[in-house]
Amino acid sequence: MNDIGLIGMVSIIVAGGTMAIGSIGPAFGEARAVAQALSAIAQQPDASGAISRTLFVGLAMIESMAIYCFVVSLILIFANPFWKYVVEHP
Amino acid sequence: MELSPDSTVFWQWGPVRLNATIAFTWLVMAILSLGSWLVTRRLEDNGNMPRRRNFLETLVAILIDQIRAIGHKEPGRFLPFIGTLFLFIAASNSMEIIPGFEPPTGSLSTTAALAICVFIAVPFFGVKQKGLSGYLKHYVKPSVFMAPFEIIGEFSRTLALAVRLYGNIMSGTIIVGILLSIAPLFFPIVMQALGLLIGIIQAYIFAVLAMVYIASATSEKKSTEAGSENGKKGGV
Repeated sequence: MNDIGLIGMVSIIVAGGTMAIGSIGPAFGEARAVAQALSAIAQQPDASGAISRTLFVGLAMIESMAIYCFVVSLILIFANPFWKYVVEHP
Repeated sequence: MELSPDSTVFWQWGPVRLNATIAFTWLVMAILSLGSWLVTRRLEDNGNMPRRRNFLETLVAILIDQIRAIGHKEPGRFLPFIGTLFLFIAASNSMEIIPGFEPPTGSLSTTAALAICVFIAVPFFGVKQKGLSGYLKHYVKPSVFMAPFEIIGEFSRTLALAVRLYGNIMSGTIIVGILLSIAPLFFPIVMQALGLLIGIIQAYIFAVLAMVYIASATSEKKSTEAGSENGKKGGV
């Protein structure tokens, strides 16, 4: 297999694996955070404003992990530097 | 597929390049400042308030309340910076439903510039509040060995701010683009509605995180007071 085929294959496989592994962790984390926040709101409805504000910020910080993986996999597929190098230096 | 509006060049003169990011940033700036100027041009105090002015005052009141709730201090000094961040990001994110408009926050250059503004504003407010030595002291707070980690943390959270906003907005645009080629009838609209929600939430989160960083750099005394109060309560 030549270099272009090898780099393309590895990039696509790794991009899929990045999304799979990188989204399962934040999914568990967000599920735990939302469940805890819901039970906290159920126990103390008065504090729902502060709880939901903190929940949103925390969810965004958890979700940014998945977003990093998404950006990395997009770079692998659409803006791969090694692919560009091989295409320019055949 | 284009990953950012940077690659759309409207006008070029030598090395000077006017790409879509800069043009749409100027558009958002013009809309925000012209709108505020038009609403606050003739302020009257005769009891009947125009709807647009009511909207702006509600917005500013919400911003003040949120800054006070997050920072635990008077919002006067932080309102211009935090409010500008929120309004700019919210306006450019929510204008993505206009056909032909590419949100400038979907480009890493814009979000990196905003994150660098926060990166500079944190020591600015900290030094203004506590003096240079007082601000630098919190780097060596538990021990001197923590200073490198604090500095690494400052850089990594700036990077995280930039990449979080960029990734969210850019992914919304790309998902709509992919759906347009698969199921062009109805689903792109649903995803755009979700994109609007995500855009507003991300603007809120960017402003809240900026406020949290600034508050943690300016409120050294508050935490020690709270700690002593807790100690007293524990003693009682």
